[in-house]
Amino acid sequence: MDNLFLKRIQSLSDRLSYIQDIFAGKHADSVSLLQQKLDEFTDKATHDSLEKPYEELVSLEDLFKYVEARLDASITPMDKVRIVRHPQRICLKDILENVYDNFTEVGGQDEHSLDPSMLIARAVIIRRRGKKRYIQSVMVIGQEKGHGAEFRNGGSVKPWGNAKARQFMRVAETEGIPIHTYIFTPGSYPIEDYPGAAQQIARNIYCMAGLRVPVISVISEGGSGGAEAIGLADRRLMLSDGYYSVISPEGAAAIEGHCRGGERPSQELVEKCAMNLKITAEDNLRFGYIDKIIQEPPLGARSYHFDFFRQLRQEVIRATDEVILSTKLSPFKNIALSRRNKPDVNLDEMYLRWGLSSSAKDRLLKKRQNKFLKLSKQAAVDRRPMLTKAIHAMDEIITTPWMQFKYEFYRKHQRKIHAFLEEAENEWDVFKSWLRKPFGKGGTGTGKNKEDKSSELTTLSSWTGEHKHNKWNYLSPRYKIDQAVTCPNAAVYGCPDLWGPDLFAEFAGVCSNCGYHFPMEPEWYVRNVFDKGSVMEFNSEIESGNPLEYPGFGDSIKAAQEKTGCKSGCMTFEARIDNTKLVVAMLMGTFRGGSFGAAEGYKFVEAAQRASKNRYPFLAYVHGTAGIRIQEGTNGVIQMPRCTIAVRRYIENGGLYMVLYDTNSFAGPVASFLGCSPYQFAVRSSNIGFAGPGVIKSTTGMDVPPKYHRCYRALTRGHIQGVWDRRQIRNNLIQALQTIGGRNLYYR
Amino acid sequence: MLNISDLLEQIKQTPYREIVVSTPHTGVVNFASIKSGDAVHGPEGQWKERPGTKLATLTRERNPKPIFAPEKGVIDTVHMEYENTFVECGCPLVTIKHHLTREEVESIILKQALYLFRAPERAKYYFTPEIAAKLRASDPGSVVIHDGQELFIMSRMKRELPLYYSGPEGVIYATYFKTNENVDTDAPLIGVCPQEELPNIKEVIMRVQTEWQENA
Repeated sequence: MDNLFLKRIQSLSDRLSYIQDIFAGKHADSVSLLQQKLDEFTDKATHDSLEKPYEELVSLEDLFKYVEARLDASITPMDKVRIVRHPQRICLKDILENVYDNFTEVGGQDEHSLDPSMLIARAVIIRRRGKKRYIQSVMVIGQEKGHGAEFRNGGSVKPWGNAKARQFMRVAETEGIPIHTYIFTPGSYPIEDYPGAAQQIARNIYCMAGLRVPVISVISEGGSGGAEAIGLADRRLMLSDGYYSVISPEGAAAIEGHCRGGERPSQELVEKCAMNLKITAEDNLRFGYIDKIIQEPPLGARSYHFDFFRQLRQEVIRATDEVILSTKLSPFKNIALSRRNKPDVNLDEMYLRWGLSSSAKDRLLKKRQNKFLKLSKQAAVDRRPMLTKAIHAMDEIITTPWMQFKYEFYRKHQRKIHAFLEEAENEWDVFKSWLRKPFGKGGTGTGKNKEDKSSELTTLSSWTGEHKHNKWNYLSPRYKIDQAVTCPNAAVYGCPDLWGPDLFAEFAGVCSNCGYHFPMEPEWYVRNVFDKGSVMEFNSEIESGNPLEYPGFGDSIKAAQEKTGCKSGCMTFEARIDNTKLVVAMLMGTFRGGSFGAAEGYKFVEAAQRASKNRYPFLAYVHGTAGIRIQEGTNGVIQMPRCTIAVRRYIENGGLYMVLYDTNSFAGPVASFLGCSPYQFAVRSSNIGFAGPGVIKSTTGMDVPPKYHRCYRALTRGHIQGVWDRRQIRNNLIQALQTIGGRNLYYR
Repeated sequence: MLNISDLLEQIKQTPYREIVVSTPHTGVVNFASIKSGDAVHGPEGQWKERPGTKLATLTRERNPKPIFAPEKGVIDTVHMEYENTFVECGCPLVTIKHHLTREEVESIILKQALYLFRAPERAKYYFTPEIAAKLRASDPGSVVIHDGQELFIMSRMKRELPLYYSGPEGVIYATYFKTNENVDTDAPLIGVCPQEELPNIKEVIMRVQTEWQENA
């Protein structure tokens, strides 16, 4: 037997172990059949008793092929999860070697890298037209799981790895070359070391929302925030055996099964969760969150599937060409597009320049942003009556040009207009006084006002004044409970017990000894922070739904709606603060832990657009958020890029976007549209982070010190800009609007 | 002179420390499901972030407050007579027998046998260069010091002052401070023992290290 023969037997043995691994005990009959045939063949081969060794080997290989194809038809979502995590699965280095013609790794090599799990390379693709060769450069960015798995954390990228990706995205933008991202991550590495996992992902998404080069992403293992850090692309392709999900099925099962303290959920529950979360390529294509599925060989692509690499090369070239063509205004655009979509077309033989003009870059950006903004609306329940929608549409038509006139024309020529009007008013006043003079009417001002003013200036304020009792416009209903409350810091600072009626009324939920802030109701902020009677809610009819028809979740949503009296976890309203109008999106921790789903995203985007249209400052007040709502699957995850795009558009239009965190703010929202704000503040005693202590322990094995997520740590690493006392929120907001907003921001 | 071996024997006869858990304030007591002979544990985790076994709940003004075991041990007595009754502050609820650990026994012996020279004020302390060189070069326990010797440099807010040792002559047996870290007022800096006692102490400590059985 020659070496090649032995290698082919070894390859069959590897394929068999792969099948055993990915089906985890299922299809035992097929596995035992293959095992038996392989053992017999190996036995005969070692004893040299094969009559026609090569022919018999081919027939055994055919049997493997047949069984693999048969098993592929019955593959479940959880099997796909095991496929993408298998060591034999293709990884980024295989792709770089087989899809691109040449490449140079940049930003560190192997273990000598800032973060070896993030691999970045400048790669080239050589295409031909006739006899002429064209070398096209791309920046390849992606997570690497294999080839030295021990130092790569299984593709879990640390914050500085994502920072490296962002740095090279900027390089690609400067050089004007397309970016190809390959997503092979179970999720980001959840540590809060500088710059912080959430903060860095937010920066990446914000950056990608404005990248002025084509971005193509290919998803194999798309684990939530880690995937989004490099996933906001013009075209999103997905491998047919990949998964794209809000959380790993094991994580979802642990939540579903209420597992605590490292307890593991049952395998059946994990399988069920994988099924319910709708994580497969077909599901995501149906939702519209990916653009195309790249068919893999039966049971998933492995490093010896060279045909698959060829196909992948064609697909990424096609996607890049399509993005480039879609930005052109050329009359040949449609012909070129349809030619590229013909079957059996070889794109290596068709050349298209990948550079873009400045106006084409603008169109590219607009298209990418619009594409994401349109997504996932179907996943929310919009119960606004037809009339409301019609009024809303009419309002858009009328007010948009008016606002443009007001801010684009009037504000520019404001000084001249004012001078003219002032002059006219002066003349009018002179004329009026000349008319009144014969009747002796002169002098204005009411006596009462004068008396009030003089009494205010000459008398002392009293301790028993009405205002002392009405310090707050709203009191927490807990103040009615005659009960003492223990401060959580009592053991450290020796705080005495607080009497509930004092704590939740006059003290505004703040410990009078150490200043610990007890969580308050969202209403407390709505009524006490903004001007009395100025709050006007909008889009309250947009409701959270159950887009994945997750078993039992519809009832949970209804229960939350009944409990809170709100239809979703996000309340959007216009309000005034010290007579400055602003738009507020409030994420409420009381509604299913403040989880963020499609309805919340819908309302958030609408609020950002409203603020942009009306030229108001935009405040995201996070009463609490536990992250993306897992029962909505990718309908929730997609809100990360969507809302970030809405925020970026708003900021680039000149708006002032501020975020104020309270209680607990974690995961997806912090790692995207909240974390990207240039001005973020926190209320005292709040926690900010990417993943909670339990998740950090289970994914990294690291014990989390107490107060790891406290807002002061976020302040130290520069994530937030200040920590505010709850009783001072209103004053601090006024101060922030005056100083950060300033004259040139259009909120005035 | 202190007989250290006798001291060890004494400790061995009663290798427990009795911890009386009493009420921090007034309130109505409700015991958790504990009984005499139950094993309890103290706060656990790297930062002692997980509380010990719950012993009772003390309710005052409708505010239930849990009372946890402060140390690992076995419950000796539970004052069940207080169940569901209103008690004063300082009322004993549970007595825990805490089996002494090796470190605790060592510390009891050393506290008795050593003379502790304490920090006069909160500052950073360093040995004088001569003493530091001697400590680096020779075995621990071979550096002899005497009363009035310049032993430390006390550094506070970049002002450095010499500090003179006052106490019985002997060798430096233990150093309790770390370079570049602030030491509080009255915290021990060094433990000094008479030179002739040194072999005796070493032997007893060795015995503690080898013989002392710790409860799992």
